[in-house]
Amino acid sequence: MNVTFTTAENEFRSEVRKYFKEEFPQDVLEKQRKAIPLTREDTVRWHKNIYRKGWAAPSWPVEYGGTGWSSVQKYIFADEQARASAPAFLPFGISMVGPIIYTFGNDEQKKRFLPDILEFNTWWCQGYSEPGAGSDLASLKLRADLEGDHYVLNGTKTWTTLGQYADWIFCLARTNSDVARRQEGISFVLVNMKQPGVSVKPIVLLDGEHEVNEIHFDNVQVPVKNLVGEEGKGWTYGKVLLQHERATITGVANLKYMLSRLCSLCAKSIKGAEPLSDDRTFMRKVAAAKVEFKALEYTELRTLASVASGKAPGPESSILKIVGTELRQRIDSLYLEASGYYALPYVRDQYDSTYPEEDRVGEGSETNAALVYFNDRKVSIYGGSNEIQRNIIAKHVLGL
Amino acid sequence: MDFSLNEVQMMLADSIEKFIANEYDFDARQKHSGSELGYSEEVWKTFAELGWTAVPFSEEDGGFDGGPVDMMVVMERLGRGLVVEPYLANVVLAGGILRRGGNSTQKSEWLSPLISGKLQATLAFAEPQARYDIANIATTAVRDGQSFVINGSKGYVLNGGNAELLIIPARTSGSQSDERGITLFGIAADTAGVSIQSYDTIDGQRAAEIQLTNVSLTAASVIGEVGGGFQTLQSTIADATFAVSAEAVGIMNVLTEKTIAYTKSRFQFGVPISSFQALQHRMVEMYVACEQSRAIMMWAAMAVTEGGETSAHAVHSLKYQIGIAGTRVGEEAVQIYGGMGMTWEMDVAHYFKRLTAITLMFGNADWHLDRLAGSATP
Repeated sequence: MNVTFTTAENEFRSEVRKYFKEEFPQDVLEKQRKAIPLTREDTVRWHKNIYRKGWAAPSWPVEYGGTGWSSVQKYIFADEQARASAPAFLPFGISMVGPIIYTFGNDEQKKRFLPDILEFNTWWCQGYSEPGAGSDLASLKLRADLEGDHYVLNGTKTWTTLGQYADWIFCLARTNSDVARRQEGISFVLVNMKQPGVSVKPIVLLDGEHEVNEIHFDNVQVPVKNLVGEEGKGWTYGKVLLQHERATITGVANLKYMLSRLCSLCAKSIKGAEPLSDDRTFMRKVAAAKVEFKALEYTELRTLASVASGKAPGPESSILKIVGTELRQRIDSLYLEASGYYALPYVRDQYDSTYPEEDRVGEGSETNAALVYFNDRKVSIYGGSNEIQRNIIAKHVLGL
Repeated sequence: MDFSLNEVQMMLADSIEKFIANEYDFDARQKHSGSELGYSEEVWKTFAELGWTAVPFSEEDGGFDGGPVDMMVVMERLGRGLVVEPYLANVVLAGGILRRGGNSTQKSEWLSPLISGKLQATLAFAEPQARYDIANIATTAVRDGQSFVINGSKGYVLNGGNAELLIIPARTSGSQSDERGITLFGIAADTAGVSIQSYDTIDGQRAAEIQLTNVSLTAASVIGEVGGGFQTLQSTIADATFAVSAEAVGIMNVLTEKTIAYTKSRFQFGVPISSFQALQHRMVEMYVACEQSRAIMMWAAMAVTEGGETSAHAVHSLKYQIGIAGTRVGEEAVQIYGGMGMTWEMDVAHYFKRLTAITLMFGNADWHLDRLAGSATP
C-alpha cells in the first residue's frame, strides 16, 4: 500500500506545471483567482491554447485525438490545472457529447463533429432538463416527429448552461409516445442552433449572472443524419453521459486549492483586526473541512488505483458526487464567513479593465465570496440532485 | 500508487476472518465477555499460536515485523468480530512500550512471554485528573538510594485486573504536565503496595483503577531512560489511537451491513422497511461515513508508515473522523433497528457500545479537532 508516484509521473507533473506557468493564457488564470466570470472569447481562447498543446481531450481514445494518458496522468493533470487556478474544461463538448458520438455515433458523425469539438470550433450545450422534467428526466416532452428525412422538434429545454454562446445543442427528445416504459421512445439528436425556430431566453440566477437559459424549439428541422445511434435508444446513451457528468462535477483537485485559498485569507489581517487564523472557533471548522477533504481525496485515489490496475471503479466512487459537492458548498460558506463585510458589496463588472479604478470597492477575492457561495448552490442540484444520487446508491450499491 | 494488500497481509486477513467466522460468533463472544476473566484463555492461546500477537514486533524480538498496514488489517477484523480478548492492552500498549524502550533483559523476561501469549500485561496510560493529556502525570517516583518509591493513582487501566505486568508512567521530575521527567516502570502486579480494583466496562471489556502506595522498585524496573519516557509513551499512544480507529472502521462496516440486511427482512405496512426512502437515505449516509473513514484510515496507515510530521496529523484526523462518523453510524443503526436495536440480545447493541467506548478513548473528536485547528499543516 503506497501513494508514491513514479519518476515518469513526476516528470509529467513538471511538464504540466510548466505549461500552465508559461504557455497558458495568464489573464485567464488571473480572472479565475479573483472569481471573475470568463467571457466567451476567454473560454474559446484558452481551449484553443490547450488544443494546440495536444491536451484538449485527456479522456478520449487516441484515435479520436485523445492524449492516451493513464488514469494517474489524468489525475496529475487535473491537480496541476486546479493548482494553477486554471478553469476546468467546458464539459459539454469534451466530456459529454464527444464520448457519446465516438461511442454510439456513425463514421460520418465522428468525422463531422469530433475535430471541431477537439479544436473548440463549435460550442455545444446540453438539452436534457425541461420545465416539467427535472429529477424525473424520463418525463421529458420535447417532441421529434419524423417527416420525410427530417425530425421536426417542438418543445422547451431549460437550465441550458451557457446556451447563449452555443452553436449546437444535443437533445434528448421523444420520438415515440406510444411506449410501455417512459424510458423508451427517447432519442438522442444533435441540433444546429443557428436556424429558424430555435430561440434562447436568458434566465438570470440569484447571483445576477446570466449563466443558464431556456431554449424553445418551434418546428425546428433536424435532418435524420443527426440522430445518434438508434431511434428510441437515447435514454441508454444519455445515462452513460450522466455518469461522465457526475465524474466531472466532483472536482476534487479544485477543492484542495479552494481550501488553501481559504487558509491564505484566514492568515491575512483584514482591516486591522486579528487574523482569523488565530480564532480557534473558526479554525476548528476549517480543520473539519480539511479532514473531510482528505477523506474525499483518498476515496478518489482508491478509485484511481483500482482503475489503474485494470479494474472497474469500486462502489466507493459512487459517493464522490455527494461528498464533493457538499464539501464544496461548505468551503464556500467558510470563505463567505471569512470575508466578513467585504463579501457584501455587489458591484458588477468592477474587475473589467474598463471599470474606473477609483470606483472599485474592496480588494481581492473576498468581494466575490458571496457570489460564489450563491452560485455554487447549484452543484448539489445539477447532474442529478444529491437526493437522486442517494436513491441511486441505495438501489445500485446497497441493494435496497 | 497501490491501495491493495500484499500477499502476507492478505493471508493474515484471511486467517483472522476464518477464525472469526468459524470460532467466534456472537454467542461465543458473549460467553467469553461474561466469564470470570472477561476473555477466553483458549482463544488467546490461539491468537499467539497463529502469530497474531507477534504482528508489530521485529524479527529480532521474535515478531512478524509488521507495520501500520498489518496492524490495520488485524484491528479492523477484530472489530468486525467484536473480539474482547485483550489485544490492545497486551500487544499494542504494553508491547509498544517494551519494543521501543525495553532493554534485552526486559525483552526476554516480558516481551517474549507476551508475544507467546504466556504473560498478560498492560500500560496504565490514564490518570483520573488528566483526561486525554498523557503528559499530565501526578503519580510520583522518588529515588531512594538504588530504588524508586512510587505513589499515585491510575484510571481506566485496560486488562488491569488480569495483567501480571503493569507498565506505569510516573513522574521523576518536572511539573505535572511536563513532557520531560516522565519515567516508565515495569511492575509485577503482585508487588507490595499495588492495589487493583477491576471492573466491567460498558463495551463488555475489563479495566481497573490502580492505587500505588509506597511501591518500592529497583532501577531494573525502569524501561528506557529515567525522565525520558515521554517519546515512547507518545508513540505508543499514537499506535493505539490508530489501532482502535481501525477497529472502529470494522465495527462501522458491520453495523451498516447488518442494518441494511435487517431492513430488508423487517416488514411494516406490508412492505420491507428497506423500501422507505427516509430510511434509504439514512443508510446511504452510513455507507458514506464508512467509506470516508476507510479512506482516512488508509491515508493514516501510509502516513504512519512514512513517519514524520504528517504522521501525527493523520492520526489526529483519523480519530476525529472516527469520533464523528462512528457516533453517527452507531446511533443510526440503533434507530433503524428500532426497538430491537435497544435489546441486550441483539449484537447490534453491543457493536454500538464498543464503538461508543472507542470514541471516548485516546481523545474524543473535539480533542483531536482542537489539535488540528492549532496546527498549520495542510
